[in-house]
Amino acid sequence: MSAGGGPARTGTGAERPDGPLLRAEELRHSYGGRTVLDLELLEVAAGEIVAVLGPNGAGKSTLFRLLLLLEAPDRGRILLGGRPLRSGDTAARRRLAGVFQRPWLFSGSVAMNVAFGLRARGVGAAERRARVAEALGWLGVAELAEAPVHTLSGGEAQRVALARALVLRPELLLLDEPTAGLDIAVRRSFREDVERAVRAHAGGAVLITHDAADAFAVADRVAVLEEGRLTQMGTPAALAAAPASTFVAAFTGQELLLHGTVETVDPDGLLRVLTSGGVRLLAPPPAAAEPPGTHAAEPPGAGAAVHVAYRPEDVALAAGHEEAPSSVVNRFPVRVAAVTPAGPLVRVRLEGPLPLVALLTRQSAERLALVPGAPAEARLKAAALRTFPA
Amino acid sequence: MLEILWRSLAVSGTAVLLGVLVGLPVGVAVGLGRFRGRQLAVALIHTGFALPPVVVGLLVYMVLSRAGPAGHLELLFSAPAMVLAQTLLAAPYVAGITLAAVQSVPTDVRLQARALGASSGRALWAHLREARLGLGAAVVAGFGAVISEVGAVMLVGGNIRGETRVLTTAIVLETRRGNFALALALGFLLLAIAFAVNLALTRIQQGGRHQPWAAASSERPWA
Amino acid sequence: MSHRIDPCRRAVARESGTGRAGARPRRTLLRAAALALPLLACGGGGQPPTELILASTTSTEDSGLLDVLLPAFARAHPEHRLKLVAVGTGQALTLGERGDADVLLVHAAAAEAAFVAAGHGLERRPVMHNEFVLLGPPEDPARAASTPHVAAALARVAAAEAPFVSRGDDSGTHKKELELWMAAGVEPPAGGWYLEVGQGMADALSVATERAAYVLADRATFLSMRGLLDLVIVVEGDERLFNPYGVIPVAGARNAAGARAFADWITGAEAQRLIGDFGVARWGAPLFVPDALPTTAG
Repeated sequence: MSAGGGPARTGTGAERPDGPLLRAEELRHSYGGRTVLDLELLEVAAGEIVAVLGPNGAGKSTLFRLLLLLEAPDRGRILLGGRPLRSGDTAARRRLAGVFQRPWLFSGSVAMNVAFGLRARGVGAAERRARVAEALGWLGVAELAEAPVHTLSGGEAQRVALARALVLRPELLLLDEPTAGLDIAVRRSFREDVERAVRAHAGGAVLITHDAADAFAVADRVAVLEEGRLTQMGTPAALAAAPASTFVAAFTGQELLLHGTVETVDPDGLLRVLTSGGVRLLAPPPAAAEPPGTHAAEPPGAGAAVHVAYRPEDVALAAGHEEAPSSVVNRFPVRVAAVTPAGPLVRVRLEGPLPLVALLTRQSAERLALVPGAPAEARLKAAALRTFPA
Repeated sequence: MLEILWRSLAVSGTAVLLGVLVGLPVGVAVGLGRFRGRQLAVALIHTGFALPPVVVGLLVYMVLSRAGPAGHLELLFSAPAMVLAQTLLAAPYVAGITLAAVQSVPTDVRLQARALGASSGRALWAHLREARLGLGAAVVAGFGAVISEVGAVMLVGGNIRGETRVLTTAIVLETRRGNFALALALGFLLLAIAFAVNLALTRIQQGGRHQPWAAASSERPWA
Repeated sequence: MSHRIDPCRRAVARESGTGRAGARPRRTLLRAAALALPLLACGGGGQPPTELILASTTSTEDSGLLDVLLPAFARAHPEHRLKLVAVGTGQALTLGERGDADVLLVHAAAAEAAFVAAGHGLERRPVMHNEFVLLGPPEDPARAASTPHVAAALARVAAAEAPFVSRGDDSGTHKKELELWMAAGVEPPAGGWYLEVGQGMADALSVATERAAYVLADRATFLSMRGLLDLVIVVEGDERLFNPYGVIPVAGARNAAGARAFADWITGAEAQRLIGDFGVARWGAPLFVPDALPTTAG
């Protein structure tokens, strides 16, 4: 297998119709007796970009190193195109390429950096030059070829680092927090370039990130990693619709959390939750985990502590005297504490037994005459709430 | 005087080259290796910084003396004997500064190289390349340490005129003779060399550009 | 058994002599590397012994006498390549004992006798003597100059507790000084007015000037440094102050023939004449008195 001289993988998946591009099975790894990674199954189809999304300390870096064969797992195996890969096998490692969070450019010129992997694979000088120029073009930095790396901006450095990996046309590309070092302003265009370049020049990719924006913008599927385990996996849309944990929920929208205890569980599965402020809420049970291979906690029973999440845009406000529609289940008397503009909307902070934040259109706010101190009624549909084990 | 100057440079230069041959691999191994007794090795290397030259000279003398284990080589009171003693003095410097230099480069540099398909050897080479400023400093500091050393060369070289007399031993001799002016002139010559060495060291250290995203670290523990 | 090779050394010396000062450090290192090879390649071989190691004392070297004697020996005996290693008396004797020197020229009569008695040296032949002098500040606070006997003078210094600088380095001069204190019946204290500097003669004289102290010195060093010192001769001419030099060929020397040749030469007419003349031109008086011949030649 000569990855260096091999043809570019188009990423259509047509070459490998018989199974996933990457399959990591039963990966387990621990440091000093502490298990940092315990992964039942992670698959990446040919042409697919899978994001592994998780908070710091979830085991993302360990997974990155294991998948890159930089470290051998305590248990489990990694298959690429159906063939198991062995850690410490340089030939196997050359089917992959990794881009670290910090670009770690080697001192010298951009071209020298991009040629690094080709040189390691014994690619001749003429071919090297051509491929380096081509790869820099993919990332829109062809004119930087002769620039010394210390003159690059952070964004340019990231692009060079990406070109340095893509020039190898890896069967699988691993990216660790590619936007972490970038200004918010350039992240969006960088994400787009990353996605385009990766889809065109790598057989598939695993994007490791703690930034949901990265994951949701670039990935076909998102795997959520928490405390070393995959807790949820699905398309960005599926995750946003039904986050299985507060962590996912926090990523999928501007969700706000209420804390409480389950009093009873209705026959239809609805939970009656007593919040810490003494208010009773009706909320749905936690979303079921999907697909197999991910872990989710058991549904909470009576007495269990739970978090209840809502989105500010789901909080409806009515003037104190207005008649409530019957479909509204949760209703609380509140008092307006503050009104602040939020772009085209108005953000209203509400005081009362259950402190809430509501997001209204400007017209609604004016119609309701919301001024600090005004009484109002907040209404939250049970179906708009999500519950997570605390 | 020129002859003495050249002999000083030749002896100390050779000693540093040999010290690099020994100290560089040791510094890299101890700096990057994970093995039992590593802490002890680091402590030993740093103790080497404090090796009194005269003690090293005495040990080399005992070994090279006709009554010593290597007496048959007949190297006592010769330039090679001085080179040997100064090599022993330079090696810990080279090893210690090499150690700091390779440790100042993040491990991720090697991992990144491997993640691009580099063999272990090539990855290590990439790592050393990033540490090259520090490695240069190791060589220069080693040279600075031995060029001004007198205890060891006096003992094992014998300060023989035209054979083993170097700047430092000549200074001692002329001072003892009361030729303070000549001793001082030789001292200034030595000072000029030390100045050149330190200028080189400073330039090496200032030469590293700040590149927050790249491998070369702005922290240089030997600075 | 191998021996150092003459041509080898010359090649190195020639190499190292061709350099130019002020070259760039990079070139320096390259040159050093180039020099290393011949330097290190030397040291083995099968040539007959030509090298002759003379261990002498630093004070002998410092006087400049050997700068006159050694070239003369080289002319008289080109077959021997004399290398002078100037060290302390104790170290010189140790070098002889270990076989690292072929011939010794030292001035420690008692130790020399013991050295020969122990079988380390073939014989001790007198070469010359110089004279120690007791120096002191011009004011002579201990009134030590009032006696021609050095032992009595030292007793006065001790009684007055006037500062006294001692070499304290186990050198021949130091040994002589201790011998004189014993003769004076004084055990010098550790500290107080008795300053042990642990350094060479020139350093000790400098300290004595700075501290307005008494000090025992060889006349040669005193004369050569006189202009720099604020010290005067307090006692001279006492036989106890004589400092005899002897030459000892080391038993089992690597270059036994050379050792013998040197001993014969330095006790011969030419060397004795050179010794007797040395220093006259510069200081108006000889620094050393030749002892090897019944009458001084020339």
